[in-house]
Amino acid sequence: MSEEVIKAEGLTKVFNKHLTAVDHVNFSVKQGEIFGFLGPNGAGKTTTINMLITVLKPTEGKASVLGFDIAKQDNDVRNVIGLVPQEYTADEDLTGLENVFLCSDLYGIPRKIAKERAMDLLKLVELTDFKDKKVQTYSGGMRRRLELACGLINRPKVLFLDEPTLGLDVQTRTASWDYIRKLKKEFGMTLFMTTHYLEEADALCDRVAIIDHGKIVVVGSPEELKRNLGGDLITLAIKENEDVSGLIQKVEHVKEVRKEDGAYRIKAELGELTTPFIIEALRKKGYTVTRLSLTEPTLNEVYLEYTGRSMRDAEESREANFSRRITMRRARGG
Amino acid sequence: MSEMNHNSKSKLHGIWALTNRELKKWYKEPVLFLLTMIQPILWMGLLGKSMNISALIPTDIPGLNSKTIMEQTFGTSDYFSFMAVGMVGMTALFTTMFSGMSIVWDRRLGFLNKVLSTPVSRAVIIFSKVLSAALRSMFQTGIIIIIAVAFGLQLGTSFTLLNILAVFAIMFLLCVGLSSLFIALTIRSTRMETPMAVMNLINLPMMFASNAFYPAKLMPDWLQTVVNVNPLSYTNDAVRQLLIVNTVDYAQLALDFTYVGIFAAIVATIGIVLSWRYLSR
Repeated sequence: MSEEVIKAEGLTKVFNKHLTAVDHVNFSVKQGEIFGFLGPNGAGKTTTINMLITVLKPTEGKASVLGFDIAKQDNDVRNVIGLVPQEYTADEDLTGLENVFLCSDLYGIPRKIAKERAMDLLKLVELTDFKDKKVQTYSGGMRRRLELACGLINRPKVLFLDEPTLGLDVQTRTASWDYIRKLKKEFGMTLFMTTHYLEEADALCDRVAIIDHGKIVVVGSPEELKRNLGGDLITLAIKENEDVSGLIQKVEHVKEVRKEDGAYRIKAELGELTTPFIIEALRKKGYTVTRLSLTEPTLNEVYLEYTGRSMRDAEESREANFSRRITMRRARGG
Repeated sequence: MSEMNHNSKSKLHGIWALTNRELKKWYKEPVLFLLTMIQPILWMGLLGKSMNISALIPTDIPGLNSKTIMEQTFGTSDYFSFMAVGMVGMTALFTTMFSGMSIVWDRRLGFLNKVLSTPVSRAVIIFSKVLSAALRSMFQTGIIIIIAVAFGLQLGTSFTLLNILAVFAIMFLLCVGLSSLFIALTIRSTRMETPMAVMNLINLPMMFASNAFYPAKLMPDWLQTVVNVNPLSYTNDAVRQLLIVNTVDYAQLALDFTYVGIFAAIVATIGIVLSWRYLSR
């Protein structure tokens, strides 16, 4: 099996002949990694996922999942993938277990095998006690976990997660990340996910592609992307009323010094190692440091750097908007 | 082909799971079911009983026999029996219309995408909708007939229990055709309003431009032309022949079955081909 589990070359989707949702996108996902598509709503993340899961046909370009062409060998692709959709697709009127069985029937899994798998999966997502309760009584977090269990019923080699924590509160979101990590470890899958939460991409993904207006602007591991920004940000102030910019600039690994509002904003590589040297250098000349802070760049700064603006939602179709509203409402247990 | 493709899996796998999903929502909610039954019962009870047409025919004129006139016009001496059968067709019309709407909901709630990402055949997705609508309608047909009999529907002299099976058969054909038609109309929609308006536009004329409430032969010529292409008319006629008419016209009955059968086959083919195209955009 090739090491590249997903490979997209010039993948493009144009709706109604003029609306380019995904614009000549190239990327590859390696065996066993969590690959994230990060971007605002309406950037083309869901359209990309829908092409990879064979729901939409690409207008141009091609992509493969485990070597199967998504357009020509769509049924082979469907057999090896699992989907955890953005929406809550579980049937409200059915119980958790009945919903998992419905999913297993869609893959033609014999009931005997399905029963074993369903019990294991429900145990993994800690829904065993609620398996015979109707889904309408579930909380947002429980519904998310049920979707996870449904997406795994066919033992997929690649799992697609579309906005896996949309609308969940912070605590439930963090807990969901643990479930995702646990399931990945348990089944050794490759994960492809989309998100518009920067901290989610940072916490979960091995590699991230930032997507903006249907184009990938940069790909890399979160650490790599942050490092490429030019290091950490050190802010310090001294008691004396003199300009020490030149002095700080001479310290090794310092890349940039700016004086702003009586404080020095220093960009430096390896901030936690460089900071002591800066203090040392100032002390030697008799200066007293009165204030100091060290911040590591977040993906927010990365996003800002590459797109030139903070993450803001693009305009979306009525349909996408509607389904997002429903998801958010159900996440809050509505 | 990969080894992961389960060979035991038939092309039709998932059809029962998807059909049952539709039916479950309905039989697990008896209240919902009762609500859908209220309308035809009200129509039947209020309109069917209030339109006491045989009372229009004077009884004091010698040589004028109300019973004969009614039989010549409606095929039965009792208007209530005539229109109760019309209710069977009307209920099928509305039940299949809602099956068309349910695909819009599935799309909006993300369920359709979820199913499309599984190895279930596209044709199965559509056919499960058609099948669940047909099964629902057939069940409602049974209930309506039972209630109509309780309200005083007079069964024809040639009626046997076997006729009931034939009634179900033609209702099945009609529903397959109608729900395929409605699904083909809604398959591209992402919103409820448009298909709802279109279907209402189709349903009302289809109901009245048929012999559901009134015999076609008494209608103006231009309307008769419409009534005579309407598959609902053929179904109503067949059900009447099978249930309430005393002397069955077998040639006409065969024509009814052939017409509705061809309607179902053509519309279902068109529906499935169209749906296939739009489901893999």
